Amino acid sequence: MVKKLAKKSFGGIYETMYKMRRFEEEVFEFYKKGLMPGLAHLYLGEEAVATGVCAALNDDDYIGSSHRGHGHLVARGARTDMMMAEILGKEGGYSRGKGGSMHIMAMDRGILGANGIVGGEIPIATGAAYSAVYRGTEQVAVSFFGDGATNEGTFHESVNMAAAWKLPCIYIIENNLYGISVDIRDVTNTRDLADRAKAYGIPGVVVDGMDVEAVYAAAAEAVDHARKGKGPTIVECKTYRWQGHHVGDPAVYRARRDADEKKDWMERCPVRAFRAKLIASGASEAAVAAIEGEVEREIQAAVKYAVDSPYPDASEAFDDVLIG
Amino acid sequence: MREIMYRDAILEALDEEMARDDNVLLLGEDVAFIGGNFKTSVGLYEKYGDLRVKDTPISEAGFVGMGVGMALTGLRPIVELMFSDFLLIAADQVVNQMSKIRYMSGGQATVPMVIRAPIGAGRSSAAQHSQSLQAMVAHFPGMKVVLPSTAQEAKGLLKSAIRDDNPVIFFEHKMEYTNKFDIDDDVELIPIGKADVKRAGDDVTIVATSSQVMKSLKAADKLAADGISCEVIDLRSIVPLDRDAIIESVKKTGRLLIVDEAYERCGVGAEIAANVMEDVFYYLDAPIARIGTPNVPLPFSPALEFPIIPSEDKIIEKARALTVADA
Ligand SMILES: Cc1ncc(C[n+]2csc(CCOP(=O)(O)OP(=O)(O)O)c2C)c(N)n1
Ligand SMILES: [Mg+2]
Repeated sequence: MVKKLAKKSFGGIYETMYKMRRFEEEVFEFYKKGLMPGLAHLYLGEEAVATGVCAALNDDDYIGSSHRGHGHLVARGARTDMMMAEILGKEGGYSRGKGGSMHIMAMDRGILGANGIVGGEIPIATGAAYSAVYRGTEQVAVSFFGDGATNEGTFHESVNMAAAWKLPCIYIIENNLYGISVDIRDVTNTRDLADRAKAYGIPGVVVDGMDVEAVYAAAAEAVDHARKGKGPTIVECKTYRWQGHHVGDPAVYRARRDADEKKDWMERCPVRAFRAKLIASGASEAAVAAIEGEVEREIQAAVKYAVDSPYPDASEAFDDVLIG
Repeated sequence: MREIMYRDAILEALDEEMARDDNVLLLGEDVAFIGGNFKTSVGLYEKYGDLRVKDTPISEAGFVGMGVGMALTGLRPIVELMFSDFLLIAADQVVNQMSKIRYMSGGQATVPMVIRAPIGAGRSSAAQHSQSLQAMVAHFPGMKVVLPSTAQEAKGLLKSAIRDDNPVIFFEHKMEYTNKFDIDDDVELIPIGKADVKRAGDDVTIVATSSQVMKSLKAADKLAADGISCEVIDLRSIVPLDRDAIIESVKKTGRLLIVDEAYERCGVGAEIAANVMEDVFYYLDAPIARIGTPNVPLPFSPALEFPIIPSEDKIIEKARALTVADA
């Protein structure tokens, strides 16, 4: 049975997508102004994926995230102010400045961490799924990663174990066509990466990653399957990132195959598309503007919080290595 | 007091900790049905069941990483690697994940996890199944590195490792598994980070790890017959390093020999020597000596293998040279 996103949740879904969008735009601003140390991998363009998937989760479920993790965290309800402060390396950040963009964790939200190692988080999320079975809970774990990560051994090892042991883990492939500059089609013969599920005897589903309702439907079914003890699912979301691999990457490689590639994908903007759906579902322009205004207030507060937060004291570099 | 094999001391520690805490589980290759490649988990599968004693596929990165996920979500996994050499297959999960997550999370996360891994040469296992990788892992921040010597240490330290809230790499010596030792009827927890003076002496301090402790004690017996009094310190862990115990002993003896089976280059001996030079250089009566495995891959033939690994004879020779240098 196909699960559909209920109309009454449309407002919340739009709020999440719009928040991600605005959050990333502000991160980009910090970068351009030279206020952000290091780099960030923006989620702009992929908002429907994290939003649709996380809408299918319960509060106590787990997610594992990747280097492109801001969207996953926003979708899981992490605090945007603490995320922003972390990205700036400030004391008010989730990790008090020790993690940065690629390592934001919010354990209280079941977010087992963004991860700087491609494929590094996949076994960790799988272990969380084992842990849920072990403790006899109804929890599931979601592992988010890119097309590129599916060529890491950890992907295959993890999916194999989850399939063998029917673990409640959902593997979300965000196929945005590229791993940095390398086109997945140049290094992998499998057109639909979800086809790999066949090798493990589990369901593999391909969805339009620009359509939040489609993502939700696939994720909800996978979550349901997992909660019933039937094991993992691979969901491949076909999507695209607006920006280069990270802020500052001119992404010259995109035009190699198709000069209009970026333009074509941007025309399918998931945030704009869902805004139109929301209006079509009966929401007034004023109601939507109110949502946007609320998000804007949160984002501006997050920006201010991050800017105002002090840098950590240098002595803190020595904390939290080992307990005791 | 009773006599027990080293491997059974490990089994007892696993059994007792699993009985004590439902969140403790064991996973690894061949740990369940046959009770472990070195028979360190015999009977646990029957006693605790399939969920708590889990045979994994041959996917070291995968199941070590799963251990991290378990540890982050309330369990206390013990992950067995069949040989310490396979740490390198799981290196990312060990070095970049398990031991860094607490730090990267700013202290939000704890990773109470033990990786057990056998080290050591002496079985003609050749270059890929004989290494002692403790110096390599000790290089990285964020995990404790424990090396039990006798069965008593194996049990007391493993129990502590399982209860520790930090990631711990627990290196068992494969040449000791079937050796018998006297141990207490009820072994108490041995704190991790405290060295143990196994034999007191005045002339030479021998700091040793793992199996080298037993070799050093035998060497010390023979040296005593020659009038050379050795103090043998069982380091027990190299992270944390009980610097004070070493320093105190060197202040007394003025001579130091370090014996650890890891490759000598950038090894445990080098690290301890540097510490001693920084702290108590003026107490030294002779240059610091060290014995490790020279920087060649471990060879297969016993004719090649035994001459290059640390031995009682080498310890005697080096310790004696230290006292001669003084004369
Ligand atoms: C193990 C590892 N190899 C390489 C890198 C460098 N790197 C960072 S992101 C990335 C591309 C990942 O591509 P994909 O998984 O498709 O995710 P995307 O960036 O497209 O979201 C690479 C190669 C890394 N961080 N970790
Ligand atoms: Mg990609």
